[in-house]
Amino acid sequence: MSYHVNEKGYYGEFGGAFIPEMLYPNTEELRQNYLQIMAEPSFQEEFNQLLKDYVGRPTPLYFAERMSEKYQTKIYLKREDLNHTGAHKVNNTIGQILMAKKLGKNRIIAETGAGQHGVATATVCALMGIDCVVYMGEIDIARQAPNVARMKMLGAEVRPALSGSRTLKDATNEAIRDWINNPVDTHYIIGSVVGPHPYPDMVARFQSVISEEIKSQLLEKEGRENPDYVVACVGGGSNAAGAYYHFLDTPEVGIIAVEAAGKGIHSGESAATSALGKVGIIHGSKTLLMQTPDGQITEPYSISAGLDYPGVGPLHAHLFRSGRGEFISITDDEAMTAGLTLCQLEGIIPAIESSHGLAILEQRKFNPEDVVVMNLSGRGDKDLQNYIDYFKL
Amino acid sequence: MNRIQSKLQEDQKLLSIYFTAGYPNLGDTVQIIQDLEKNGVDLIEIGLPFSDPLADGPTIQASSTQALHNGMTTELLFNQLKDIRKTVSIPLIIMGYFNPVYQYGVEAFCKKCQEIGIDGLILPDLPLDVYLEDYEAIFKKYGLINVFLITPQTSEERIRLIDDASDGFIYMVSSASTTGAKEGFGEAQQSYFERIAAMKLKNPQIVGFGISNKATFDQATQRAKGAIIGSAFIKHLDQNGPKKIDGFVRGIR
Ligand SMILES: Cc1ncc(COP(=O)(O)O)c(C=O)c1O
Repeated sequence: MSYHVNEKGYYGEFGGAFIPEMLYPNTEELRQNYLQIMAEPSFQEEFNQLLKDYVGRPTPLYFAERMSEKYQTKIYLKREDLNHTGAHKVNNTIGQILMAKKLGKNRIIAETGAGQHGVATATVCALMGIDCVVYMGEIDIARQAPNVARMKMLGAEVRPALSGSRTLKDATNEAIRDWINNPVDTHYIIGSVVGPHPYPDMVARFQSVISEEIKSQLLEKEGRENPDYVVACVGGGSNAAGAYYHFLDTPEVGIIAVEAAGKGIHSGESAATSALGKVGIIHGSKTLLMQTPDGQITEPYSISAGLDYPGVGPLHAHLFRSGRGEFISITDDEAMTAGLTLCQLEGIIPAIESSHGLAILEQRKFNPEDVVVMNLSGRGDKDLQNYIDYFKL
Repeated sequence: MNRIQSKLQEDQKLLSIYFTAGYPNLGDTVQIIQDLEKNGVDLIEIGLPFSDPLADGPTIQASSTQALHNGMTTELLFNQLKDIRKTVSIPLIIMGYFNPVYQYGVEAFCKKCQEIGIDGLILPDLPLDVYLEDYEAIFKKYGLINVFLITPQTSEERIRLIDDASDGFIYMVSSASTTGAKEGFGEAQQSYFERIAAMKLKNPQIVGFGISNKATFDQATQRAKGAIIGSAFIKHLDQNGPKKIDGFVRGIR
């Protein structure tokens, strides 16, 4: 059994392309070309070169000694926080901007919640000299002022999404609408492993560099390629997909997915999709999503804007349903505390998203000899105001 | 024969009107349908509101948000429509997004439509291949016509596939866009209308998106069998409430 996408674009029962006919030519063009383009030596070469010289890869796999001592297991941190722009998001935007160029597109659109993906998209557009429009919910624009300023400095136009709940899901709707209105010259850079096929697979492949590096780095440090566990936080699921990718079909590697419980799974303010979601269609994909009994998509909540999405990529829905992945949800408070612990023990200020992954160490026991790789998806600079407010710093 | 199919055999160009159920007021649905029929509208698309209507422009989005806010649900819409066939005889189509239908249960939804006397469904995000593989048999069992969209970007090959899979009409999206009024149709649209007419499809075409007044209606129906007005009618409801529908329809033809 394989946990990778099948030829029809499904992971088990999840995935597919549930899109209006207006988007069929765009996604079909991508579907027919993405694998071939990604396999071209010239593409590979440029992608790898940029990841190395521009993004700063490979990112270290760091043995966190004091954390390991505290939690009595061997903890490695995959330092995606050290990437240019501060998170894993840029792996995908580098890949997709090169894809857009190969497809002959001269205009880029993207959605963003916290602004991390928006910044990573604006960055690669500046790098390539391509026009960039980023959709962002009106409410998020107000909450994430520094990232809005970054995108503007990088030359992107930030357009407020004024519809619906005016957050990430609505920004995604607006980006999709823009694509419907501009089907020929525009490429849509989706920021996670969500959306219609082939996006989940394409984004997972661009992020798969994370697990590729983990394998060779672990071999060097531990004399083996496979950890006992890989842990990652899941919003839409792109950093997780990248961290799991080369271990998906290796059953001896445990996969742990960490979702945001917000103020508690049953508080009515949560983003724990695997616990609260039902099968449905969101943004062109059949997956688990939070919705009313009537099929209206509901608004999630998490202190971390990057995990504040009412769905989850179809790969993760499949990992959950099949039992391949172990899903844990972490509250705001648990995540914030874990973030501070990492600062104090290792001198690393994590993104609040990533802190959700770290927080499982307080409740999930590992054996002393287990090798646990935690994907540290981003750094905490963008969250400083949140940390200030929360800890009254 | 399904009411849509009979209507398509009539000689005149067909005027179809879309409105969002539960808008402007929760209880307006039946009255609006009756008024539209009384004033000579040929076909009605009843919008089942959705929280995330990807293919819609601002006008229909706002009406959906308002309708949901008013309390519209799938069950309530079915309740409102349960006696509609006592007073209304023109074809009625439910237009919405796939997720609410999927949550209701596709078969249960279709069964309910048949009981009420709904003639067809338009679900823009239910793709052709999924429909054919999983749902065609259910739609047929309950006598429902599924209406597919085509756009100026749809390839000739795919249009033929869609024509094969259709047994009512083809919803011809006027331009690459979400719903909403345009300034009128230019040369690109004209040549698209002509290109499709020249394909001599087995199903007639009804043009939608961007039809807002008599001029655009006449232009669109030069080649096609009919045209659909959505956003412009929602704007009328926005300004007038569920009133003066006679004036609106008379302005079109
Ligand atoms: C640092 C960081 N981690 C995780 C996420 C969540 O996204 P994904 O689940 O796609 O990795 C984000 C999204 O903004 C992020 O900025």
